[in-house]
Amino acid sequence: MKVGDEVKVGTVIGEAAGFVSVPVHASISGRVTAVGRFPHPLGGEHQAIVIEGDGEDSWDESVVPRDNVDSLGSRELIDIIRDAGIVGLGGAAFPTHVKLSPPDSKPIDTVILNGAECEPWLTADHRLMLERPADVMRGFHLIMRALGCERGFVGIESNKLDAVQAMKAAIPADSGIRVVALQVKYPQGAEKQLIDSILRRKVPAGGLPMDVGVVVQNVGTALAVYEACHEGTPLVRRVVTVTGNPVGSPSNFRPRIGTMVASLVEQAGGLSDDVSKVISGGPMMGMAQFTLDVPVIKGMSGVLFLGPGEIDTRPPDPCIRCGHCVHSCPMKLLPTTIEKYVMVEAIDKAVEIGLNDCIECGSCAYVCPSRRRLVHQFKYGKYLAAELRKKAAERSEKEKAS
Amino acid sequence: MSDHFIVSASPHVRQNTSIQKVMFGVVIALVPAVVGSVYFYGLRALLLILLSCLAALVTEGVIQRLRGVPVTMGDGSALVTGILLAFNIPPGVPWWMPVVGSVFAIAIGKQVFGGVGYNPLNPALLGRAFLLASWPVQMTTAWLPSHGGTLSGLTLKGVDVVTQATPLAVMRKVTEIIGDPNSTTHQIVQAREVLADLGSSESIANLFTGAVGGCIGETSAILLLIGAAYLMYKHYIEWRIPSTYILTVVILMWVFGGPSGLFTGNALFHFLAGGLILGAFYMATDMVTSPVSPRGMIIFGVGCGVLTSVIRLIGGYPEGVSYSILLMNVATPLIDRHTRPKKFGEVKKSG
Ligand code: SF4
Ligand code: SF4
Repeated sequence: MKVGDEVKVGTVIGEAAGFVSVPVHASISGRVTAVGRFPHPLGGEHQAIVIEGDGEDSWDESVVPRDNVDSLGSRELIDIIRDAGIVGLGGAAFPTHVKLSPPDSKPIDTVILNGAECEPWLTADHRLMLERPADVMRGFHLIMRALGCERGFVGIESNKLDAVQAMKAAIPADSGIRVVALQVKYPQGAEKQLIDSILRRKVPAGGLPMDVGVVVQNVGTALAVYEACHEGTPLVRRVVTVTGNPVGSPSNFRPRIGTMVASLVEQAGGLSDDVSKVISGGPMMGMAQFTLDVPVIKGMSGVLFLGPGEIDTRPPDPCIRCGHCVHSCPMKLLPTTIEKYVMVEAIDKAVEIGLNDCIECGSCAYVCPSRRRLVHQFKYGKYLAAELRKKAAERSEKEKAS
Repeated sequence: MSDHFIVSASPHVRQNTSIQKVMFGVVIALVPAVVGSVYFYGLRALLLILLSCLAALVTEGVIQRLRGVPVTMGDGSALVTGILLAFNIPPGVPWWMPVVGSVFAIAIGKQVFGGVGYNPLNPALLGRAFLLASWPVQMTTAWLPSHGGTLSGLTLKGVDVVTQATPLAVMRKVTEIIGDPNSTTHQIVQAREVLADLGSSESIANLFTGAVGGCIGETSAILLLIGAAYLMYKHYIEWRIPSTYILTVVILMWVFGGPSGLFTGNALFHFLAGGLILGAFYMATDMVTSPVSPRGMIIFGVGCGVLTSVIRLIGGYPEGVSYSILLMNVATPLIDRHTRPKKFGEVKKSG
C-alpha cells in the first residue's frame, strides 16, 4: 500500500505472513494518506496505514453474501474465516483459524462459547448476546461445524440471566448446544477456569484447551464468523465498551477497526476533566494508555476511564506474608514467593513454581494489602524467562554448528 | 482534560486494604480483652498495656529514624506487638518489665531484620521469651487473683496442695501427685478433690469468663473469642491455623493429659485454660511468621498443638504456647518450601 491508493471497505491492505496470522482489511472506503509508525494500544508504535474516508462507505467487490453456507465443509469454512481476518475478539486476538485447525493428535469433542465477560465494567459481550443472539448462535454453530464437533456449551455468568434466556431461545434445533449459567466470580471468563467450571476438566499446567479436547471461542468472534460466512464481510468492526465514571454517557459501540479512541470518546459524551487513567480492556488485565490517539484494534474489548479517586497510587509496602494472594490465585500459585524469586532474578526457581502458569488475571495484586506490584513483576519475570530460553536455544544452535 | 495519564501495569483497581487496615483490625479485636483485663486486674493492667504499647511505638520510631527509613510506627503493627506482649506477662510484674520486653521485641525481634514483613519470629513472643529467661521468678509467680475469682479459679476447701498458681499449674500439680507412686493416700485424696473442683462447672465458668489468675490478656476465653470471630469475619485471619492448633491440643490432652490413664484428660479445661486461645487466634496466626500455603498452615497449626501439648505434659513449665509458636515460626520457611500447593492442572511428574 502506498499513499494515494484508493481502497474500499473490505479491501485487503495487509497480507497474512505465515500460518499464525491473518490479513488486514480496510474498514472504510477512501484514500490512503499515510503509511508509517503510529502509537498502538499495546504499547509502542507499530506499522499502520491511515485512510481518509470518502464518506461513501462503498464495499469491495470481493464482499458478496453466500447462500450456500449450509453445504460448506470444514476446510472451506476455515478458509473463509482466515481470509476474513478473524481473530479471537475476547482480547487475546489469536487467529481463529489456527484454533480451528488442531493437530490430528488432539481430537476436539466440545466447543465452548465464552459469554462470561472477562472483566468487570465491560459489557460488550453481554450487549451482543442481547441484541444479536440468533446470529451469535449461528456463528457458534458454524464454528462447531468447522471443528466437526457435535457438542457445544455457551457459558454465561448468572448475573446476566437476560442473556441466558436470549441465547437459550436462539439455540438452533438439533444442534447439541446447551446454555449454562455460571457462578459469578473472577476470572470466570479465563479459558482454563471456564473449561473447569463447565466440564470439570483441568487443562494441564503449561497446556492448551485442546489438550483436554476443548476449543473456546468468544461471543464476538462467533458473530464475526457468522458475518464472514453468510454476508461475506471481513472483520472490519467490533463491539467496544466505552465506560468509566469520567465518561459522559458510557455506551457500547460497534466502530470500524482503526477508529480513533478519541472519536469514540466524543460519541460517548466526552470526558469530565479529571481522568487519571485510560485503559484498553478492563480494570484487571487491561493496558494503560498514554494517549487517546490510538486506534481501535481487533483485540480491544473496551476502553475504561478512571478518575483520580479510583486509582491507588500509594507506593508498595513490604510483603507481610498474609497469604491473601495465595488464596485468591485461580491458578493455585504462590504469588508472594514467585515475586520474591523474580525480584532477585532467580528466574529458574520462579518458573519452577509456576511463573509461566500465571494468567496475569490480577487477582493477587487486587487483594494485596501491601499493594505489591505482583503482576508487574510477573510480566517482567516472564520476559526474562523468555530471554533466557532464547539464549539457551542460541547456545545449543552454536554448539551444534561447531 | 489533562494529557498526563498514569501508565502502570495491571490491575488498575485494588481492594481497599492496607497493612494499617489489617493491623488496626487486630487492635479492634483485642479491645474486648483489654477491657476485660482492666476489669479483672484493675488499672494496673491498663498501665502495663499502655507502657508496653508506648515502648513499642517509640522503639519502632526511633530505630527507623536512626536507620534512615520511613517511619511507619503508625501502621499498627508495633501497636499490636505492644498489646500482645503485655497480654503475655503476669499482671503483678514491675512496671519496667513490659517496657524492656517491648523494646526488645521491636528492636531485636523486628527492626534488626528490616522491619515489618521481614521478621522470622513473632516479636511479641520473642520479647516475652526474653523476659522469661531474664526474670524467670517474676514471670512465673507475679500472678494476681482476679476480680470476682481467685488465682486458680478454685475456692479451695482447706487443701494445701496448691497455694498459689494458675489453673494450668494446679492441674499439672495434681495430675503429677495422682500419678506419682510415692504420694501418700492423703495427698492423693486431696489431689482428687482438687481435680474434681477444677473440672466443676464453676471452675469451667471462671475459665470461660476469665475470673482466674494468668497473664494479663490470656484468661478470658469469651472476650478473646469475640475478637477472633471479628477477625475471621473480616478475613484478617483464616481458620486453618487456629482450628488445627486447638483441635490438636484438645485431642492430645484428652488422650494423654488425664491422671488415671489414657482418655481421661479434661479436654474442655485444656481448651480454656492458659494461653491457648490467645496464642492460637492472635499469635500463631501472625501473618509474617506463619506459612502462606493452605497445607502449610495446617501443618503449622498441628505442629504448634503437638509442641504445646508436649510442654504441658512433660515440659519445664506448665504452659507452652509461646515457645511452641516460636519454634514453629522457625520451621515456617521449611514448611512453606515443602507445601507448595499443586498448580492448577499440575500432574505428578512420572519417572
Ligand atoms: S497478598 Fe501481598 S502482602 Fe499478602 S502475602 Fe501476598 S504479596 Fe505478601
Ligand atoms: S495474576 Fe496473580 S492471581 Fe492471577 S494467575 Fe497470576 S499469580 Fe495467580
